[in-house]
Amino acid sequence: MLSGWFVVLLSATYVGVLFAIARFGDARADAGRSIISANVYGLSLAVYCTSWTFFGSVGRATSGGLSFLTIYLGPTLMLLCVGVIIKMIRIAKAQRITSIADFIASRYGKSQLLAGLVTVIAVIGIVPYIALQLKAVAASLAVLFDQPGHTIHLWGVDSTFLVAGVLALFTILFGTRHLDATERHEGMVAAVAFESVVKLLAFVAVGVFVTYGMYGGFVDVFQRALAHPELAGLLQLDSSRAGAWASMILLSGLAIVFLPRQFQVMVVENVDESHLKRAVWLFPLYLLLINIFVLPVALGGLLHFGAQGGNPDTFVLTLPLSQGAESLALLVFIGGLSAATGMVIVETIALSTMICNDLVMPALLRSRWLQRQQQSDLSGLLIGIRRVAIALILLLGYIYFKAAGEAYALVGIGLISFAAVAQFAPALFGGMYWKQGTRAGALAGLLCGFSVWLYTLLLPSFAKSGWIDSSFVEHGLFGIDWLRAQALFGLSGLDEISHCLWWSMLANIGAYIAVSLHSRPDALEAGQAERFVDVFRHAQRVPDSRLWRGNASLSELATLLERFLGPQRARQQLAGYARTRRVSDWRSLPADAEFVHFAETELAGAIGSASARAMVSSVTREEDLGLEEVLDILDEATQVRAHSRELEAKQQALEAATAELREANERLRELDRMKDDFISTVTHELRTPLTSIRALSEMLFDDPKVELEQRRRFLGIIVSETERLTRLINQILDMAKLESGRAEWTTGEVNVGDVVREAGEALGPLYREKGVHLSIDIAEGLPVVLADRDRLMQVVVNLLSNAVKFVAPASGSVSVVVAREKNLLQVSVADNGPGLTAEECGVIFEKFRQGGNTMTDKPQGTGLGLPISRQIVEYFGGKLWVESAPGAGATFIFTVPLAKAAPEA
Amino acid sequence: MKRLSPVRQRLGALALFGVPLLSFPVLGLPQGEVAGIPAIFLYLFGVWGVLILLAARVAERQGK
Repeated sequence: MLSGWFVVLLSATYVGVLFAIARFGDARADAGRSIISANVYGLSLAVYCTSWTFFGSVGRATSGGLSFLTIYLGPTLMLLCVGVIIKMIRIAKAQRITSIADFIASRYGKSQLLAGLVTVIAVIGIVPYIALQLKAVAASLAVLFDQPGHTIHLWGVDSTFLVAGVLALFTILFGTRHLDATERHEGMVAAVAFESVVKLLAFVAVGVFVTYGMYGGFVDVFQRALAHPELAGLLQLDSSRAGAWASMILLSGLAIVFLPRQFQVMVVENVDESHLKRAVWLFPLYLLLINIFVLPVALGGLLHFGAQGGNPDTFVLTLPLSQGAESLALLVFIGGLSAATGMVIVETIALSTMICNDLVMPALLRSRWLQRQQQSDLSGLLIGIRRVAIALILLLGYIYFKAAGEAYALVGIGLISFAAVAQFAPALFGGMYWKQGTRAGALAGLLCGFSVWLYTLLLPSFAKSGWIDSSFVEHGLFGIDWLRAQALFGLSGLDEISHCLWWSMLANIGAYIAVSLHSRPDALEAGQAERFVDVFRHAQRVPDSRLWRGNASLSELATLLERFLGPQRARQQLAGYARTRRVSDWRSLPADAEFVHFAETELAGAIGSASARAMVSSVTREEDLGLEEVLDILDEATQVRAHSRELEAKQQALEAATAELREANERLRELDRMKDDFISTVTHELRTPLTSIRALSEMLFDDPKVELEQRRRFLGIIVSETERLTRLINQILDMAKLESGRAEWTTGEVNVGDVVREAGEALGPLYREKGVHLSIDIAEGLPVVLADRDRLMQVVVNLLSNAVKFVAPASGSVSVVVAREKNLLQVSVADNGPGLTAEECGVIFEKFRQGGNTMTDKPQGTGLGLPISRQIVEYFGGKLWVESAPGAGATFIFTVPLAKAAPEA
Repeated sequence: MKRLSPVRQRLGALALFGVPLLSFPVLGLPQGEVAGIPAIFLYLFGVWGVLILLAARVAERQGK
């Protein structure tokens, strides 16, 4: 038998350790070195596992087998939807939201009515849940001292009352230390994370003890259970309960977000969004570990105590005690205490914030008393209200526990609470993703869902406890059969939770959507809808300041802040804000819309968005913008975003176009320069023969006594220069025609071999005259090509006459080869002349550039032959190039595609 | 324009994947026992554990 004083001492020590951790966490937070790491955040989410998990899971497993797991599978799946949670955190941070009531109220136009309704639903739904925690602590104490009743008296006071009192004290000390603008309680979060570790260790310890100490491991426990037909049923899933399974997963998935304590630790206490990445697997892992021994312990208990042996809810304590393992029982007791205290502390803090901001403040703000206290500092009053609220909630919980006792209303309360907070889902999710959702719709949805929940779940649980007449459950309200509370409209065959969930969600979602579609939001609502739904897109660019117009006084707003935040904190925040606007003293700030927005947000952190809104409008003269104007501004903002994106795209297109134009311009300039060069070269080339013709003619004209021989020579030169001139002009015209594309082409099938042979014959006299050897080698059976015969002849003649010009007389030789190269016909003209340098190879195809030194030697051609030839060959789709090295002769090669590939003329 | 983060999408896909695996009618499939332990017990904790493992891999890979 354990000594009562020892247990009290142990509990006190444990609570003392919690105090120390919380104190340390707060001190670190004040020093700016937060101890909230990703792991602490992930563990703090495990406040989800209350004593209902710690003691109750085993109890549920003894009756429902594995179905208790749904309570933990739902949160696992919900947490994987990280995007939804991050969006909630982002919105809450942008709007300084401090509770779930504030979140919903803020979205629907900062409505005090909505905030109040959410608070009332939460309090009604949660107070019994708190009572359950007190009961769990009381029950575990009773087991520890082996007393049949739940009342153990210390100093004449009921121990459960004592527990409630200590919890209230702890919560007050660490939950309402100061009014933080963001309502963050880092010390409390650290303490809760520590408690999570303790309860996990305790549960795993008892699990290992039962599974491996009392039995021979998992297999042994399961095999023994399977031997009992009534226990074997617990090890199978009953597929007829598929609906209950699914609705339980849905319900617990919603609860992990909407229970006020979960919203508090997950959203409000979140320090860094990236912590969620750890929580997304750490928290489910925690749930898995704390559940893995539940079934073995339940089966072990049933096997050990027999069917009638004691309360399954306390198996985790009674099993170790039955083996005399008292220290393990103490550890389990501390684990259960952790589970209960963690839940109670966070839940009461969350609820007290809601009660203070959303129930008491609105009433207080209307009262004359507050109006008389115009100048006084109200931050103390706010803290006072919260402390009273905490004490009151725990007192309510205690009273409920006392009243309900062993009654059904307490045992089933876990899921009943889940179903209550699930009613927030349509208004909250709808508000985050659907701009059309209105305040009227949210109110209607919540009221309908809450009423159905009340009628189908809470009141029947009262009836089952015998507090109220149960005729409405058995026979229907007013004896109307289809109003039977747990078979509404004759819907039977479902368990009570699924039944309630189905009808309440139908009513809730239906009313929310129908009323939203038939109502128009006011200006404020429309603005908030935009900020919530588009929180990722807006970031800092929300036209917050443009959605407010009016007159405000800087000092009045500052006084307001001082009253609610306390003078010190208000000045701190004002100075911080002034720095962000690059002003040294906040008094020199303009009292503009942006400042009003800042003041309202700061106030919202302290007293909730609805009350903050009311306070700010009481000291400013605000112009009503009207819905149309607000929508215009929001549309404009959306359009500006769209336009800026368009603009960006257009700018890129413009830049590309500019680059293209610049390139084209460069090309044009180059062409222009080339044209100028061409003209000056042409005139120069024309002047050279003209000059010699004129000079010789003048000599003949001036001096009639020139000798006949001399005269003949002069006239000979004149004739040849005239011929050169004519050739030059013809070629220039030819070139111009080719370049402008006006040349006439007569395309037909041409035998290249014949053309080459003919050209060789035509130039034969010239070669013989100079004593140059010409060899022509034409491959057999060459196919025809599509080309202009005369033009092709022009190219060959040009190449042959060029070759003969540059080879040495007598020793020179030129060889022509015509051959087929794949689908091309290749003609090469090789000479043994002086050859060309690499540089010359490049330039000889330019107009008026000739081989040899044009400065010293007399030009031997017009300098247009090769450019014209190249134009012709390229017209046929072929190529003309030269291969040469100085001293090794030159080979001019051109190709013509075979008939199939030839271009259409 | 802010794109949807791939990590969030992958985790969301895991949730969508997990829902049918952890509800009926799939849950009706594991029958009998494996190595002396009821198959449904192994199945539920197995699927749950694998989901957690995958989520951890997806979420923690991002940091590197």
